[in-house]
Amino acid sequence: MSRLIRMDHTGHSTLAQWTADDPVAVEAAVQAFRKELDRGYFGMVSTGEGHAEQVKELPVAADLVIMRLPISGG
Amino acid sequence: MAAELPELAAVHWRPRVDDARLTRSARAWTLSTCAHVIPFLAAGIALVALSPLALPVALAARAHAWIIPELYAQRGANVVRPKRTRAPAEAEALSVGLLGDLVGHDARALHAQTGLVPERGRLGTWLVGPAGALLVRRGGRRAYCYCVRVNDTALPTGDRIAHLLLALRADEQGFATVANMAFSGAPWRVRRRLDPAQRPALDAARALDSRARD
Repeated sequence: MSRLIRMDHTGHSTLAQWTADDPVAVEAAVQAFRKELDRGYFGMVSTGEGHAEQVKELPVAADLVIMRLPISGG
Repeated sequence: MAAELPELAAVHWRPRVDDARLTRSARAWTLSTCAHVIPFLAAGIALVALSPLALPVALAARAHAWIIPELYAQRGANVVRPKRTRAPAEAEALSVGLLGDLVGHDARALHAQTGLVPERGRLGTWLVGPAGALLVRRGGRRAYCYCVRVNDTALPTGDRIAHLLLALRADEQGFATVANMAFSGAPWRVRRRLDPAQRPALDAARALDSRARD
């Protein structure tokens, strides 16, 4: 089961869970993903050890999609 | 090439950091340190040579030559100084659990011990903390200290590190460009200014970088 999570003040929140063969769950995850993008979050997926990629559409095949906030120099 | 960090738009005037630029920065920091130290040392020696009675002033000049580089090193070490978190303990534990899922066993163990997460990159070996990161390069012989953080200081520390780690993994050069360099110099200068609990992390990063270079 794939998960969309957002790093937030609670540690993290699971926003959606889906399997690729469940179109209703996928659509709900896509909507949740877009909503977070609209709130200023970035979608990230791991692409192997030590690598990650920012995604602008929900990658349905990914096991874990993490929403993060922007960073800046301190 | 991997996609650039979107945060780069906020610092569009900065040239993208690469190996050559880091080497130039290191040279500039070394020159700057020499420019601070040598005149004070020379003045101290000259004063004593002119008149032994000037010894107290010479000692004061020598103290300046010592303290200015130390203050810079302190500024560098401060980027990873542990700070009290405002997040509840439950959120802290949950965030550390997620961070643990993103890294390997050794990195998890080092984080538990020191609060810093090691990450091997193309530019060198990073140590990522909640509000800053250290980069160790040239086989562990050079350290760069960066101020960089997620724009929500109320997040639990594990999440703050995970934000930086994901950005670093997505675009390492972009990460180094967005971050503000606070210091560059010999790792031993940073090490003695670190919290004692964090020093093993720098030792581990130096060892990792040294092995990667061999």
